[in-house]
Amino acid sequence: MPVPPAIEVERLFKIYKSVPAVDGVSFAIAPGSITGLLGGNGAGKTTTIAIIMGLVSPTSGRVTVLGADMPGERHRVLQRMNFESPYVEMPMRLTIRQNLTVFGMLYGVPDLAGRIAQLGEALDLTDLLDRPTGRLSAGQKTRVSLAKSLINAPELLLLDEPTASLDPDTADWVRAHIERYRHTRQATVLLASHNMTEVERLCERVIIMKRGRIEDDDTPARLLARYGRRTLEEVFLDVARGRGEEREAAQ
Amino acid sequence: MIAGAENAPAFSPRRVMAMILRYWYLLRSSWPRLFELVYWPTVQMITWGFLQYYVMQNAGFFARAGSTLIGAVLLWDILFRGQLGFSVSFLEEMWARNIGNLMMSPMRPFEFIIALMVMSLVRLSIGVIPVTLLALAFFGFNLYGLGLALVAFFINLMLTGWAVGIFVSGLVLRNGLGAENLAWSIMFLFMPLTCVYYPVATLPVWLQPFAWALPPTYVFEGMRALLIAHSFRAGLMIDALALNVVFFAAGVFGFLKLLQSARRHGSLMQTGE
Repeated sequence: MPVPPAIEVERLFKIYKSVPAVDGVSFAIAPGSITGLLGGNGAGKTTTIAIIMGLVSPTSGRVTVLGADMPGERHRVLQRMNFESPYVEMPMRLTIRQNLTVFGMLYGVPDLAGRIAQLGEALDLTDLLDRPTGRLSAGQKTRVSLAKSLINAPELLLLDEPTASLDPDTADWVRAHIERYRHTRQATVLLASHNMTEVERLCERVIIMKRGRIEDDDTPARLLARYGRRTLEEVFLDVARGRGEEREAAQ
Repeated sequence: MIAGAENAPAFSPRRVMAMILRYWYLLRSSWPRLFELVYWPTVQMITWGFLQYYVMQNAGFFARAGSTLIGAVLLWDILFRGQLGFSVSFLEEMWARNIGNLMMSPMRPFEFIIALMVMSLVRLSIGVIPVTLLALAFFGFNLYGLGLALVAFFINLMLTGWAVGIFVSGLVLRNGLGAENLAWSIMFLFMPLTCVYYPVATLPVWLQPFAWALPPTYVFEGMRALLIAHSFRAGLMIDALALNVVFFAAGVFGFLKLLQSARRHGSLMQTGE
């Protein structure tokens, strides 16, 4: 029996006034895989992820997450997923432990104190647990957001630019942790980013979006071969500047 | 697997408790927030208390009117602070840019509303109980002397405060922090119409039906009847309760519709102005 996809998006449209933010997107993501959603500003990545999370209703089309229709049946599956984004913050006055306690209770996490200690250790936050979140550095805050997104050990993890504004060392550390988590938990990860190094390192599949549409969708290796490029950044620039279409037309 | 229950409970007291804990941590961590809760009710009570003291010495009617001014001030504070306590806790999420985290969590809207209602009671207790004790100490006005009538007044005023708070929170969710001012000012629209400091008969005849359409009007009329004529008019409280049921249902309905609209317009991802 074929395994149903963790995420299935069918002919998804999201139109704000008359402007399409997502324009007829379809894709399916296999359970346990890690997929990168790549695109420039305004490509529709964040809107697509927000619809998958049930934060935004689609204008038309269908999104199924872990077998539940979004956003209508979101309460069936929200406990099994989580997300992290630098654009959504954690309450600053609360300590890390307090924030994780609140979110752990919201997600119904058993043995919460143990889980917080475990995450503290895994994300190198143990010594900071009783410090207010607002008094942390950007890198530490990102690790706290990541701890929040892992508090319920989600089967599906949605990450929106998880390393934005981090220094290379911290960004690398965060990527390694995401990789480890995906491997040990066999979790499905969907990662929106415009950091090509990140996508190249983490993702086994890349969906490139431009102006709300999917421009390309393949493994990093096949994308590099198809565009005749050495890095995903070059592929991304080709897509962003329409060289892919020119090449197709020439062929 | 940690939290893999396919069917999360439709209502979870633990999730309500999580939100109450979140606001409690916040209040505990900030003395200006605690101070603000007590500051305005105290200032208002003292000002109106002295005014009443002065007019009681100089006017026959006010001498008969007993403590209606201080009573009105304290009951108005229950109404206003009840709504504000609800709305400010909600606004804390907008200011903290945390609403996306919450809306993406398994918490249901009704659990959120219940947590905000509990917090408005907590905030009200911190702000108003010390002020009622000051009213007793400074002006000899014992709010608790109203007995069971106070319970009826309190329930009705809180229900109206929550109904308005729920609706305003929906507006802020839908329109962003640009609608924040409504949370602070909307209750003042009720002030002249609910006849806090004067009887309904003072209003022009054409305006009186509008006043009687608002539940707090019945409470303030009831309070005056109790303090001036020493009679508890239970009928007024029942009418207020019936209206409050309608107001509360309309508030919740409005909130859910505005939440739906916020999902359609993508407002939950952009919680700024």
